[in-house]
Amino acid sequence: MAEHTVLVCTGTGCSSSHAPQIYEAFEKAIDERGLAVTVKKTGCHGFCQRGPIVVVEPEDILYCEVTVDDVPDIVTMHLAQGTPVERLFYRETDDSEPIPHYHDIPFYGNQHRIILRNCGQIDPEDIDDYLEADGYRGLEKALGMTPDEVIEEIKASGLRGRGGAGFPTGRKWRFCRDANGEPKYMICNADEGDPGAFMDRSILEADPHSVIEGLAIAAYAIGARHGYIYVREEYPLAIHRFTIARDQARERGYLGDDILGSGFSFDIEIKKGAGAFVCGEETALMASIEGKRGMPRPRPPYPAQQGVHGKPTTINNVKTLATVPAIMARGAEWYASIGSERSTGTAVFALTGKTANSGLVEVPMGTPLRSIIYDIGGGVPYGKELKAVQTGGPSGGCIPAHLADLTFDYESLVQDVYVPANYVDLPIDYETLARVGSIMGSGGMVVMDDDTCMVDVAHFFLSFTQYESCGKCPTCRIGTKKMMDLLAKIKAGRGEMSDINLLEELAITVKNGSLCGLGQTAPNPVLTTLRYFREEYVAHIRDRRCPARVCKELIWYEIDPEACIGCGKCASNCSADAITGEAKQPHVIDASKCIKCGMCFKVCPTGAVKKQTNLPGGGA
Amino acid sequence: MTDGGSVTRSVLSDFEKKREHVIAILQRLQQEKRYLAEDDIEDIARHLDMSANEVYGVATFYTGFKFHPPGEHHIAVCMGTACHVKASDELLDVVKNELGITPGETSSDGMFSLDRVACLGCCALSPVVTIDGEVHGRMTPSKLLDLLRGLEENHG
Repeated sequence: MAEHTVLVCTGTGCSSSHAPQIYEAFEKAIDERGLAVTVKKTGCHGFCQRGPIVVVEPEDILYCEVTVDDVPDIVTMHLAQGTPVERLFYRETDDSEPIPHYHDIPFYGNQHRIILRNCGQIDPEDIDDYLEADGYRGLEKALGMTPDEVIEEIKASGLRGRGGAGFPTGRKWRFCRDANGEPKYMICNADEGDPGAFMDRSILEADPHSVIEGLAIAAYAIGARHGYIYVREEYPLAIHRFTIARDQARERGYLGDDILGSGFSFDIEIKKGAGAFVCGEETALMASIEGKRGMPRPRPPYPAQQGVHGKPTTINNVKTLATVPAIMARGAEWYASIGSERSTGTAVFALTGKTANSGLVEVPMGTPLRSIIYDIGGGVPYGKELKAVQTGGPSGGCIPAHLADLTFDYESLVQDVYVPANYVDLPIDYETLARVGSIMGSGGMVVMDDDTCMVDVAHFFLSFTQYESCGKCPTCRIGTKKMMDLLAKIKAGRGEMSDINLLEELAITVKNGSLCGLGQTAPNPVLTTLRYFREEYVAHIRDRRCPARVCKELIWYEIDPEACIGCGKCASNCSADAITGEAKQPHVIDASKCIKCGMCFKVCPTGAVKKQTNLPGGGA
Repeated sequence: MTDGGSVTRSVLSDFEKKREHVIAILQRLQQEKRYLAEDDIEDIARHLDMSANEVYGVATFYTGFKFHPPGEHHIAVCMGTACHVKASDELLDVVKNELGITPGETSSDGMFSLDRVACLGCCALSPVVTIDGEVHGRMTPSKLLDLLRGLEENHG
């Protein structure tokens, strides 16, 4: 029997479901039986929803939702006797056929992993694992070339910044290389603040060396000796693993003086963010590195001319940098052959919200949205209908279900042009998303079903951007607040039809009058929901009705006396004492006391508690 | 150096007297002392040759810094997009109703404090609540209520 390796995912998701204890249980059980098995902690496999995940090599068996109690079975049956434990295999639904092999699972089988190539495959705290996976080969190759040749290689690959805006990476490096001024700085932007996006965190937790290698290659190309990584404080595990990786890279001579005897020297300083979303914007990020309030400034001068400490600087996203070593090792031609014509390579999405499978998904640019949601995500569960997909986080927009055949690339998401009637064949890339009024952004993809109120979603994002606005530009500081107030008014059933026009007017003003990306894109969620879901706004205003039954002021709870079995669960869970009734008799909600927390609705075993809203036309 | 100065002194001695370290110093000090008091701001200002106003200006820009003592148990409800569409505001209501505090507050007995956070990056486990740093995924109002009541009972 081949020697086994057990890979236990210890990313943030699986760790919260006791993955570290599972790892320990494996070590103990294997030790006790004296088996020749290697147990490794890996980073995120991207399938957080079915975690904790355990993979056994060489058979490529994936176990989901493993608990400490399952460990003895896996050790005895699989590792000792060679019979995998079927009850822990992945199943699409409870009664579908189990799928034993990792790569046969549709969630993985339909992906194309370049950026996430090592995630879940290697121990992020062991540089030898990374080296075995061809790590630092890209750097070795780059150091054998001139910096200009490296830049040309990246240009030829067509790589564009994966932070959201999609600027060509090779050109960015060229600007900085050609800029006057010393020293130059290389920065990795790991200030992943978009709610709903967690790919940068997962990469740093699962494959930190790929980012270090990317930083070193970029630094060599632009001529920088000093690098920074600016990473969110909210990601302690990512910081921990990156620090370990950096120290190991120093020990092995991949960082520090005279790297691999090339004469090139480079090192990385870790800067922790302190909870300001706007610091993801490059000029704000640089201000924060300098120990200032993280407020953006006008560009030009661009960072390539005057960046951190006033010196030429390049800032790249985590995903961009993690891609660079792969391009250097395998060649620009290989990379350029993947993806769509204008957007080469792959994109990573954090697929979350109302899908059967959620997690990190990497697909070639140009993959239709529908394929991401249905083939990989397994569609919308509980028989609900897909209503919209939100991409690009607070800067992005909501794409309605009828555009789901859209393919993703940079341009599709950005130009503010109406989509032609024949949406179905559009691919997802930067260009497509632009056309429908959303953006690729950092790759958050939140799936929404009929239970999602689009006015509420717009309000949610506005409340986020309004809170995170640094306050420098009045249009952003005051405009987002005014827009949020209008949305709150509509949500509360106090809106007027003229508010819709006012919202649109404000949105355009905020877009045009703000300095940085935060303000310029903050109105996108409002503009796209108004474009595609205007009737929902009208329902809230004219009929005082929330069709998705989300907005508290427009809904009420009732108990259907026919369906109520009088179990009393609702009454005992009601924190407002608003529910009364005799045992085994129908219960009643006192509307004057009800705080609409929804607890009764959630705990009712028979579905007798109903959420109500006005009927179309306005009547109850 | 003001009262409680030994912790501050040892933190400050780890950093060069350069303005660019101000955020890192604030972070380390908060880690040691759980929150930043007025004296701490003044000590940092003196160390970096900045005005206390400048240091306070930087500190208040970032939501990561706390200027009041947090509760013995700290609860953070994630309000990210994925959590929001799975009704995380209902979870916030549960905490508010049960403990009688709103985000940013500490209960009068010093036992609990509550925050809302933008995104913890555990979206696949949404909705998510952290209690004393431990991530609790796929929360429901009743599961959360059980957790809170468990903590309350432990304190009699």
